[in-house]
Amino acid sequence: MLQITNLHANVGDKPILKGLTLSLKAGEIHAIMGPNGAGKSTLGYVLSGRPGYEVTEGSVTFNGNDLLDLEPHERAAAGLFLGFQYPVEIPGVSNVQFLREALNAQRKNRGEAPLSGAEFLKVAREQAGALGMDMDMLKRPVNVGFSGGEKKRNEMVQMGIINPALAILDETDSGLDIDALRTVGDGINRIMRKPGKAVLLITHYQRLLDYVKPDFVHVLADGRITRTGGAELALELERDGYKELAA
Amino acid sequence: MSDELDMRDKAAWDAAEKVADYEHGWSSDIETDFAPKGLTEDTVRFISAKKNEPEWMLEWRLKAFALWKTMTPPDWAKLNVPPIDYQDAYYYAEPKAKPKLGSLDEVDPEILRIYEKLGIPIAEQEVLAGVEGARRVAVDAVFDSVSVATTFRAELERAGVIFRSISEAIKEYPELVKKWLGKIVPMHDNYFATLNCAVFSDGTFVYIPEGVRCPMELSTYFRINAENTGQFERTLIIADKGSYVSYLEGCTAPMRDENQLHAAVVELVALDDAEIKYSTVQNWYPGDAEGKGGIYNFVTKRALCQGRNSKVSWTQVETGSAVTWKYPSCVLNGENSVGEFYSVAVTNNYQQADTGTKMIHNGKGSRSTIVSKGISAGHSNNTYRGLVRVAPNAEGVRNFTQCDSLLLGSLSGAHTVPYIEVRNPSAQIEHEATTSKISDDQMFYAMARGLNAEEAVALIVNGFAKEVLQQLPMEFAVEAQKLLGISLEGSVG
Repeated sequence: MLQITNLHANVGDKPILKGLTLSLKAGEIHAIMGPNGAGKSTLGYVLSGRPGYEVTEGSVTFNGNDLLDLEPHERAAAGLFLGFQYPVEIPGVSNVQFLREALNAQRKNRGEAPLSGAEFLKVAREQAGALGMDMDMLKRPVNVGFSGGEKKRNEMVQMGIINPALAILDETDSGLDIDALRTVGDGINRIMRKPGKAVLLITHYQRLLDYVKPDFVHVLADGRITRTGGAELALELERDGYKELAA
Repeated sequence: MSDELDMRDKAAWDAAEKVADYEHGWSSDIETDFAPKGLTEDTVRFISAKKNEPEWMLEWRLKAFALWKTMTPPDWAKLNVPPIDYQDAYYYAEPKAKPKLGSLDEVDPEILRIYEKLGIPIAEQEVLAGVEGARRVAVDAVFDSVSVATTFRAELERAGVIFRSISEAIKEYPELVKKWLGKIVPMHDNYFATLNCAVFSDGTFVYIPEGVRCPMELSTYFRINAENTGQFERTLIIADKGSYVSYLEGCTAPMRDENQLHAAVVELVALDDAEIKYSTVQNWYPGDAEGKGGIYNFVTKRALCQGRNSKVSWTQVETGSAVTWKYPSCVLNGENSVGEFYSVAVTNNYQQADTGTKMIHNGKGSRSTIVSKGISAGHSNNTYRGLVRVAPNAEGVRNFTQCDSLLLGSLSGAHTVPYIEVRNPSAQIEHEATTSKISDDQMFYAMARGLNAEEAVALIVNGFAKEVLQQLPMEFAVEAQKLLGISLEGSVG
């Protein structure tokens, strides 16, 4: 589904990714772990096309198509979802309005008919309910006045509504208490643990992986994948730290 | 006068006559005779004669014209306006206003694209674009809906609401007009208002009788011959004791208009316990991306909250015109009267807007709210200029002002010029102001969810302007939202 080959990327003039190669197949969940500054968030931004993140070498294909050639909104329409580490506030725009416009923009891009208000609300209500989110929160402006945990939960509601093929979740576990962690973990499994879908979990800690069992764990250090293993690698990292393994 | 034009107008007139054949119709003189170019006392006499005005009206116009000749244009606004040659313009029914077009195929594709985005039906598009024979279509369209229009009219009449062109009102209700015309915006008020007094082309007159709640939103849309009110529009709305009216003005569609200078005057008066809600969407031609062409819009709008507990609320969405000079104001004479001003002003490319309000608190316990949202993109400049004045005898006055500016790109300007003059120590005045840019984070967040750059800007800007947009009547609000996005097209790379 996603094939990253020898990816090099700069932020400004500074090289961050230095030859990263990674392959995700449909039905798989991959975790990427690594120390601060290794390039984990940069990977998420590069894959979703954030301006200012410049690819200098290498290639990325998504379902056989050149991903890097697409604009961010086209990548979203193609089925890629980025769960933000720091979800952004948009004052004056309700969650419902934001998501409906976003979803219908994606559908338009794919040549599908837009969802009506009623159809959309039905989906939104289901997804919010499944994540224990109040409909009132869906009517509030996007992330404005939300706590850290609510913002992350809102990302999951968005993912549920958009229903992407590939989710890149950037530290979705940070700032969550144990209960919220479980809710978010359950959400990821429910929405994404399906044939034809894949997840790239970017995380510092192994605790989310108690709820979302990865098929592969990769260590990202200094812009490259330095080690790959199964779920047990995360436990090993938790015990020994990155220093040993990155070397 | 070409025969062709004559025929076109005759066809329109015939159809209009059919529609307008009711007691209080708005059918007025649609002859296309015109005054020669230039502005002299004769021009003023010509206009007045054409309208069959009574002597007192002509005298009033002539007095204004004599005064205007002694005046100079104001230069205090943060606007760069080249000198205007007042002799190089027509002041009555300019004959060749619109080039004739055979069909929509000949219309600038850019304009068509905008019509399409706004979702305007083809028939209306043709009228707006000035396609040959389209006026007939428009009149026919009105003819089709004549039953609707008649129902509305009957309903207004039953309620005792007077809704006329100002020319008709001058003839039919001279006492009412005389009592208030020029009393809210005095003849000598400013250069452009004085000019309007001398040469106003037409406009609207509304009177809501005591205790009447106007049964519908009043809009010039229902006036079939509103099409050519011209560049010097004059509006007078009188809300008698305990009455209520909501009035909508303007059009979201970009209107073609070859008249460069527009100088309207709007006067509102609210008596005891009366309320007027006045909403405007202005989208006149802003000039091209290089700043060539475009309308100069010098408007004087003022409300007199004369009665106790009277209230006037101005809501405006200003996206068009090359130059906007406009300060809808409230003179709060009545005890516990209320003034409100909600404004969104968008400037892009080389547009300039200097707009705001004046809240003049003379009445005890009078209150005002000002919410201004300025959005600047391209090379444009957007200024909020507002005055809050509290008279010495006005006890217990309150004002809240919020002024937010949003910048797109690095070449646009936002300016805030608040004037606060308080002469009574019991007043509570609050002023909040922010200036921000659309952040890269917001843009990327919206785009990562599937919106393209323009959709993302439109969404964020609409959120920024929401407090004002939600003051608009529903049908206007939806179009205004689309309009904000369209006005900012090309403002993100």
